[in-house]
Amino acid sequence: MEAWNLTHSVSMWDNLAAFWRFEDINALWVLSGSILLGMSASVIGAFAFLRKRSLIGDALAHAALPGVMMAFLLFQSRDPVVIFFGALLSSFVGFFIIDWLPKNTKIKPDAALAITLSFFFALGLMLLSYIQGAELENKSGLDKILFGQAAAMTESDIHLLAYVSLFILITVALFFQKFRLIAFNRIYAQSLGISVKSYELLLALLIVMSVVVGLQLVGVVLMAAVLLTPIAATRYWSNQLTPMLLLASTIGALSALISTQVSYLAPAMPTGPWMVVSLSLLFMISLFFGTNKGLLKRWLETRALRKRVAEENILRTFYKLSERQQERESFSMADVQGMRNMQASQLHATLDQMLRKGLILSQSGGYRLSESGMQQASQLTRRHRLWENYLMQQAELSPDMVHQQAERMEHILTADEETKLQAELNSSHADPHGQPIPQGKGERHD
Amino acid sequence: MINDLWILATASLVAAACSMVGVFLILRRQALLGDAISHSVLLGIVLAYLLSGSRDLFVMLFGAVAIGLVTAWLSDTLHRFGRIQADASIGIIFTLFFALGVILVSLFAGQIDLDQECVLYGEIAFVPFDTIYLGGMENGVEIGPRAFWTILVVFAIVLISILLAFQRLQTVSFHPSLAASLGINILFWHYFLMTLVSMTTVASFDAVGAILVVALLVIPASSAYLLAKSLKGMLWIAFAYSQVAVVVGYAVSYQLDSSISASIAVAAGILLALTIAIQLLNKRYRQKQPAKQFAPEQASSNA
Repeated sequence: MEAWNLTHSVSMWDNLAAFWRFEDINALWVLSGSILLGMSASVIGAFAFLRKRSLIGDALAHAALPGVMMAFLLFQSRDPVVIFFGALLSSFVGFFIIDWLPKNTKIKPDAALAITLSFFFALGLMLLSYIQGAELENKSGLDKILFGQAAAMTESDIHLLAYVSLFILITVALFFQKFRLIAFNRIYAQSLGISVKSYELLLALLIVMSVVVGLQLVGVVLMAAVLLTPIAATRYWSNQLTPMLLLASTIGALSALISTQVSYLAPAMPTGPWMVVSLSLLFMISLFFGTNKGLLKRWLETRALRKRVAEENILRTFYKLSERQQERESFSMADVQGMRNMQASQLHATLDQMLRKGLILSQSGGYRLSESGMQQASQLTRRHRLWENYLMQQAELSPDMVHQQAERMEHILTADEETKLQAELNSSHADPHGQPIPQGKGERHD
Repeated sequence: MINDLWILATASLVAAACSMVGVFLILRRQALLGDAISHSVLLGIVLAYLLSGSRDLFVMLFGAVAIGLVTAWLSDTLHRFGRIQADASIGIIFTLFFALGVILVSLFAGQIDLDQECVLYGEIAFVPFDTIYLGGMENGVEIGPRAFWTILVVFAIVLISILLAFQRLQTVSFHPSLAASLGINILFWHYFLMTLVSMTTVASFDAVGAILVVALLVIPASSAYLLAKSLKGMLWIAFAYSQVAVVVGYAVSYQLDSSISASIAVAAGILLALTIAIQLLNKRYRQKQPAKQFAPEQASSNA
């Protein structure tokens, strides 16, 4: 039944070249089969992830092992369909134990997962070692499902893999609306009269199927990553389920492509670990450079915000300084530091930046607000003092408690909110500390 | 015969050390972190060996503890800064580490005294053949299998740590928020526990492999969790369960000619299943009990 024998005497690159010429029709099957698997596993894994059961794939993959061995022992055959159903059955038993243990005993869900995983795996290994010791035919290669080996798959293995993966993808597409509803709002789905239990069972079946069918390619130990890592990576690119699923399946397919290549370059290498390593690489790229929540994006945003806040704080300081000492035209850095606790280097950098923007002007060894700077500063002050009043009136806070909060809100309030506040407070002219509230744009002094 | 004794003694120490550390994992609900560390330790062992070129006990321990702590720390960091669910971040980190470990093992299979099989099973049956000598290889005295002495050292470390830090571990495990309010450094005890887990895992590695360690960490401790009323009781019960599992598992493996370590883990699981079954039956029996007591009373009042 061995579909191809890539001997080690042929060089690695010859193997790869032969693969891409598709001289062996099976090469095409392996490629499409593993890509389909990568796609279906990452799509179905997304739903497990959304239900906060990310590691269920890990436990189910381990739980499949004794089923594989039992099926082999009972039927004395390595027919993929027999093995598939054996694995499916024992994975399902594992699934129910994980569910049953925390509901009926004191054992916590995480321990239930670890118990099921390790017990079934031990049982599988025990049976495997028994099989290897016993005199049975056709037993070689059974241990390949531990780490997966694309090159050791037979033709019928791959056909099964491709068909089951396709089946999973089509089923998810058909029931997408229902699955999405249940994943995000189970109780609402129930209230709509959807039979949540049966859809959850279907989802569980699909998860188990994709795990079981992936064993020969990825292996028992690492199957978890194929379900989990792609969808976790897409979180850094998007918030929406549909683009997330599309991206996750692309990531799954890409890693499948890479790992089958490696498996053909070096047939002795297990495929599973390479798939996980390529998945992890894609994950790390997403973690750092993702456009939605990637670390780089978040770092840049935080830095920009920090800069803006520093700038606005200094504008306010100038405003207050000129309010207190109206006779003075300009103020030195020391004056600013006297009112605003800021590191000298940061203050210097921010002042430079404000000079460049034309918010302040340099004058006789000091600085003063420009016209546009004055406008911004009085707007900020206005928002600050309006918010103080608002807190006093609506939240009944004492005057000494409102300043700190207003210090934050002044950076966040929008023009729209400012107008609403003004209307709410029916035109008060001084803040709780007795300072006048500067007039907004378009308003006239009385 | 003497070989069987060495195997039994090694297995018994592995099971004892694992079950005691496992008690704290179960109580602190960190079973999955234990799972993760036991996988990552493979990478630690391989890296330590490749970098140092020796299989010295302390090099291995150092490599394993380092990678174990890195696993715990990275999972936590990914959870907090990457904003992913805690278990998902554990899953991402340990699958990567384990995959790297397996790749290194298969790349350097010729150089490392490890193969993919032994990563999974361990080779407890071969434990007696890898002996160490006191006072040099040539003219020293043979003192027994290396794996036995490794786990003995680690078992002693685990036991002494638990004895010395019993009070602290108790507070941290049962009442983390109280511990925090008392000024106990929770983070320190968390990583302390992870250090113990990593050391136990690496010492058990030769004997039972990466994944069966999880069974020994989690299963006896869970059985004890169902029965025990105090931390001390839980430690003793977990210890007892682990020892029974070793004896039963060894007997089964002898009968079936199956892997010793896998059989021990299966025995531990069956003991847990029995415990749960007895508890459930007991509960059902007690629910019926009051009805029975009530019935004769009613009969007598009628008469």
